[in-house]
Amino acid sequence: MALDPKAEAALALHRFGLGPRAGSIAAIASDPRGALIAELDRAGAGRIGTADLLTSGVAARAAFAYQQAQREARQAERAAQQANAAGAGAPEMKAQSGAPPPAAPRPAAGPGLPQQIYLAEAKARIDAALAADIGFVERLVWFWSNHFCVSADKGNVRQICGAYEREVIRANVLGRFGDLLLAVESHPAMLIYLDNARSIGPASIAGLRQRRGLNENLAREILELHTLGVRTVYTQDDVTRFANVITGWTVVPFRQDPVRGGEFEFNPRMHEPGAQTVIGKSYPDAGLEQGRAVLAALARHPATARHVASKLARHFVADEPPPALVERLAKRFIATQGDLKETAKALVSAPEAWEAPRAKLKRPGEWAVGALRAVGATPADIGPVMQAHNLLGEPLWRPAAPKGFADESAPWLDGLAQRLDIANQFARRFGAEADPREVFEEALAPLASDETRQTITRAESRPQALALLFMAPEFQRR
Amino acid sequence: MLANPHAATRRELLIASGTLFAWAYLPKLARAEGRDPRLLVIVLRGALDGLAAVAPVGDPDWVALRGDHALTLGGKPAALPLDSFFALNPAMPNLHRLYKSGAATIVHAAATPYRERSHFDGQDVLESGLAKPGAADSGWLNRALVSLQPADRAGGSRDAFAIGPIAPLVVRGPAPVLSWTPRRLPPASDDTVMRLIELYRHTDPVLARVLEERMGLASMARAGGMDGEQPRPVGAGQVRAYFAESAGTAAKFLARANGPRIGALAFDGWDTHAAEGATNGRLATLLGALDGAIAAIEAEMKEAWPETVVAVVTEFGRTARINGTDGTDHGTATVALLAGGALKGGRVIADWPGLKPSKLHEGRDLKPTTDVRAVLKGLLNDHLRVDASVLASKVFPDSAAVKPMAGLLQQA
Repeated sequence: MALDPKAEAALALHRFGLGPRAGSIAAIASDPRGALIAELDRAGAGRIGTADLLTSGVAARAAFAYQQAQREARQAERAAQQANAAGAGAPEMKAQSGAPPPAAPRPAAGPGLPQQIYLAEAKARIDAALAADIGFVERLVWFWSNHFCVSADKGNVRQICGAYEREVIRANVLGRFGDLLLAVESHPAMLIYLDNARSIGPASIAGLRQRRGLNENLAREILELHTLGVRTVYTQDDVTRFANVITGWTVVPFRQDPVRGGEFEFNPRMHEPGAQTVIGKSYPDAGLEQGRAVLAALARHPATARHVASKLARHFVADEPPPALVERLAKRFIATQGDLKETAKALVSAPEAWEAPRAKLKRPGEWAVGALRAVGATPADIGPVMQAHNLLGEPLWRPAAPKGFADESAPWLDGLAQRLDIANQFARRFGAEADPREVFEEALAPLASDETRQTITRAESRPQALALLFMAPEFQRR
Repeated sequence: MLANPHAATRRELLIASGTLFAWAYLPKLARAEGRDPRLLVIVLRGALDGLAAVAPVGDPDWVALRGDHALTLGGKPAALPLDSFFALNPAMPNLHRLYKSGAATIVHAAATPYRERSHFDGQDVLESGLAKPGAADSGWLNRALVSLQPADRAGGSRDAFAIGPIAPLVVRGPAPVLSWTPRRLPPASDDTVMRLIELYRHTDPVLARVLEERMGLASMARAGGMDGEQPRPVGAGQVRAYFAESAGTAAKFLARANGPRIGALAFDGWDTHAAEGATNGRLATLLGALDGAIAAIEAEMKEAWPETVVAVVTEFGRTARINGTDGTDHGTATVALLAGGALKGGRVIADWPGLKPSKLHEGRDLKPTTDVRAVLKGLLNDHLRVDASVLASKVFPDSAAVKPMAGLLQQA
């Protein structure tokens, strides 16, 4: 590599991390690759403090209780209105119904409980990104969270999508892919998001009693998006068989069990009995174990290794990743039985990962957090950061489809003009104490052109200089 | 737009700004005289072309210097006459009206002690009050505030007040500052867009194409590159609305019986290197927006207007001549605009240096003949009663030689 040490350090931070903070480049310039690997090896890597955050079960039950109280309040209000309307005209009715209903409590102003939980989780995620030394592990968390995405816009996912990321993605981000996969597919957030919580085996006890039946959604997306990849080795029959296998993977109903409501459970009454053949292998009916066995086989499948390897390479390195890099990652993934830390190490150890031109446009969240890191801002109010996510088309934990947000640059180019307005706002809101010339030296100089340097130093004001810095090609692309 | 026209309570201000303050400061000496003075400082960042704002139409070298770009009394639109020598940019009818009624003063050929041409350093000198650029963490207005006597704790929120997402340096420092952020920040200015497109054209054609398309500039680019470009006229309304909202809100707070007495805000966008548009383009839009801001201050100050001074200052001026892209480059002397009912106005104060090539600073800029610090010291001394020795040492360090300009106010 022809890069000087500072340029390589800056590239490490922009390409594999969340962008430099003051001092970041100098801190890792002696060994950028070693610094990335050291971040993977750090004890507790990927975990974040959870003191004020709720587990998904607690959050789900709290939200259920909140929604029930809201419903009751609305009903009471309606009843009171009807009683008033009936009023003088129907005294007997009033007498019959006893005392008039108590005045309904007004719904509290501000966001409801699910949204409050969502925002607290978002704050924790953004804080972790701002606090990371390099941010390689956070980027891996974001990558896997998007690979196994759920959406806060679906049903009761809003209050648990943050907990899902902590309990499943963060807990396994440097572990084995098979463990991550199992944790994902058995988490209530995923089971609700992709409808498996309601999927019932047609010949199960529950299936024989009611009209509802099989839902293939989760099974299909596991094969198409989470493991093997689209148009690979599976057929429609595999999808249906696999959907049968994971019937009964559901969520404890709140009314049935106030203590465990909202937690994962395997419900044998919903589970389709009998052996199932998935991708050429027959799995005897062993209840929950049947699904675990299929997931384990999928995690080991070479198509999964290729799918994961090419997605990782596309995300971090290039829209059309070098085949040699994909091959390298897939081999390492297979050789280590899906060890994600070893695969991540293989990524940053591969020369191709450093040689690719800096052509990828940073995703909105990455870019916005990078801007805050560059000026050393740690805002107490994440409103503007969330708004930036929304305006730039990457609303946090709210992808439009199970495929997640795009990893290619092209879709994000459209938002360039909006990025400028956000750059302008961030410079004014968060750049109060920053000297753009210092920010430039600390965050961009080793990678920047003379034109970029001049554009920044000749700006008419510090806020304009910072906005231009955030918009510079070298700050947008990695 | 101002979505929240009621005066914010102290609690709302604290939430908006996140700034905590311990006590307040009052111009007690002025109050002992039965006055309740208000001072609002507006910093124009980017360097205002003073000659395009207030033109020396009586100078025989003026038209030759600026050619078609020279504001004249017979131009279209025609410059607004101030006296026999100076005329105001036609985009500023409100300031003209105030001038005619004695409530506005213009100081011309004025500059800070800074003689280089870097925006950042020039802004630091203007706002810090230091004679030289360098690390500054407090502004002259804040230090002037410190010299006033602390008010009683029960005295209410009489601190300095800053509008904008970030408090301008001029008002930062040891005295507590309240700040208020407009709900909606303005979009990136045309100038910022132009600079970015220029950068992209040289370094990243893909980003250049995308941004040009989004900004509707593709056709202009095809028509002949930068030379043929005019800044988009769109956005003028947003600029006007932002200026008026910011200034009007500041005035609302300053007008309150129990409100702060000293405030500051900053407006960007004055770095008019290309297609300056003094009468019908970008600069006209900005000056019109500033004029609207002054009108908004007058309207919101209501009964407090007779006790008010608004001081509009910028880091330096621009070249006396027009450059090769119909704009002006960084220069030296410029104007300071003063408005407010407390002024003894209706005057242009200038020790006019002339515009002949030999009279220009370094052969290119309007020569500074008045130190902006003299104007500001005069205001602080006569309006707020900040002691002259404090002004010379703490507020504007090492400025003893720069005497406060006397007679700016009705009550001296």
